[in-house]
Amino acid sequence: MRYRSLERLTIIFSWLTGLLLLSAVCLLLGYLFIKGYQSVNLTLVFGDASPLRAILLQERVFNGLFPAIVGTLVLVLLSVFWAIPIGMATGIYLAEYANPRTKRVLDAFFDVLSGIPSIVIGLFGFAFAVFLHKHYSDRIGPCLLISSIALSFLVLPYIIRTTQASLEGIPRETRLTALALGATKFQNIFLVLIPRSLTGIMSGIILAIGRCAEDTAVIMLTGAVASTGLPRSIFAQYEALPFYIYYISSQYADRAELMQGYGASIILILLCAALFSVAYGIRKGLTHFALYRP
Amino acid sequence: MKRYRELIAERAFLLSALTSSAITVAILAFMVFMGLPLLKQGGLYQLLFKPWAPFQGSFGIYPMIIGTGAISLLSLLFAFPLSLGCSFLIGSIAPQSVSKWFRRLIELMTGIPTVIYGFVGVFLLVPIVRELFGSGSGLCILTAALVLGIMITPTMTLFFCDSFDRIPKAYLDAADALGASPVQKLLYVILPAAKHGMINGVILSLGRAVGDTLIALMLAGNSVRVAESVLEPARTLTAHIALVIAADYESPEFRSIFACGVVLYLFTMAVTFLVRYLTFSKDQTV
Repeated sequence: MRYRSLERLTIIFSWLTGLLLLSAVCLLLGYLFIKGYQSVNLTLVFGDASPLRAILLQERVFNGLFPAIVGTLVLVLLSVFWAIPIGMATGIYLAEYANPRTKRVLDAFFDVLSGIPSIVIGLFGFAFAVFLHKHYSDRIGPCLLISSIALSFLVLPYIIRTTQASLEGIPRETRLTALALGATKFQNIFLVLIPRSLTGIMSGIILAIGRCAEDTAVIMLTGAVASTGLPRSIFAQYEALPFYIYYISSQYADRAELMQGYGASIILILLCAALFSVAYGIRKGLTHFALYRP
Repeated sequence: MKRYRELIAERAFLLSALTSSAITVAILAFMVFMGLPLLKQGGLYQLLFKPWAPFQGSFGIYPMIIGTGAISLLSLLFAFPLSLGCSFLIGSIAPQSVSKWFRRLIELMTGIPTVIYGFVGVFLLVPIVRELFGSGSGLCILTAALVLGIMITPTMTLFFCDSFDRIPKAYLDAADALGASPVQKLLYVILPAAKHGMINGVILSLGRAVGDTLIALMLAGNSVRVAESVLEPARTLTAHIALVIAADYESPEFRSIFACGVVLYLFTMAVTFLVRYLTFSKDQTV
């Protein structure tokens, strides 16, 4: 009898917690969308400038989110551009070349790296920028380049892990076929194993992009500012969506600015949801698509 | 020629692996290097156990360590039962179609940016807490811990689900063959077998909670005093780094945030090695 009631309690408890989490998420998203949906329109993004001219960079946008969106996009692209080659090569080394002992040691390093709080990586980036400023050139300070390098450190473990896992997941038969036909190890990796595991690697890269797009702690230390317009060069400061949201939440002056904060939040959340769905879709299906080589 | 190319490729892969691991070391080395002058001046004790009072020349990070501990442990207290229930639901209690759908939702939740949690917390939860308890501004340990708890719940749930998934299928088949109901299977077979994995999940989630910056920065009130109750504001190590960064480069204030960085780094390192040790020792016994 006592066991019966324990079982019944467990069932009730589980459904309750499920409902609670569900309602928390609905509250979070519902609040955001109900309060902010009116502010999502072209004026939010482009302000008073005409959208077409703004996109063609003929007109500066002063009171819209366009510079922040562009800043985030450039930042994300730069970060994954640094992280992909090193991350993939490291993943390949771990999966294909490293002997078990080296692998254990390197694994420990990357576990630590993936656990480091983003603010610590941001602090590192900031201190590094200051160091460069003092010892090499006055022109270098916290900037887009430093931010993107720091962010690439943050997402490096994602790319290493997904590359390694999808390479290790390839069955033995596939792994040995090309070798048996006389291919070298290098040819085997590049012509057989990498194409086979491209889907896994891609989903890792997209998760890394999502992480870059949402992270605020790193960029607030390494060069994101509230208003500067479009980034002029990679040695300049820039605007970014998540930083803008943080800034608005603490410094908003009037209702219009607050509404822009809501709008920015909705745009950011849609962006992250889209990236996440793409990563999920790639992992699920599309295998034939990635396997196709012209 | 061919052999030459093979060799270059292998060296290149090795080089990137070494570079990536060098980054891990470089971050710690840089933190220690920057924080060292302060350590030499005042000593470790001064730094770790003295209050933060820059005008009296005291740059201790003790209040921040307490703040971090309070907020992350309290958030774990909220998140643990929630995650436990949700992982039960996914693991065996809910019907297949519901659990698949629920799991996808939770995976999607891990992708919600932290700054969004903070933003909604500031405008939705802070006024509620202020009204409900009628004291202070509503920016307090409780608010931050609640939001942080919601934020780490999806991650923790997925850790739990993963450890459920790793249970050998033979165990589950045996329970099914004996006519166990889903909840019986869960309580008497899955839960005891997945215990180690779940402990790892809790430790890793604690690491996440400690490492988060934005929620504590936006919701905890950032007071440098040691809080006496959960309704008082507090400051975490992560938020402290973000707040002090603007100061002068050579000042002891600025040096002290590297001490925060080192503490956070060492903590994550401890978490990582603890989890690795637990996993490894379990692999040995099975």
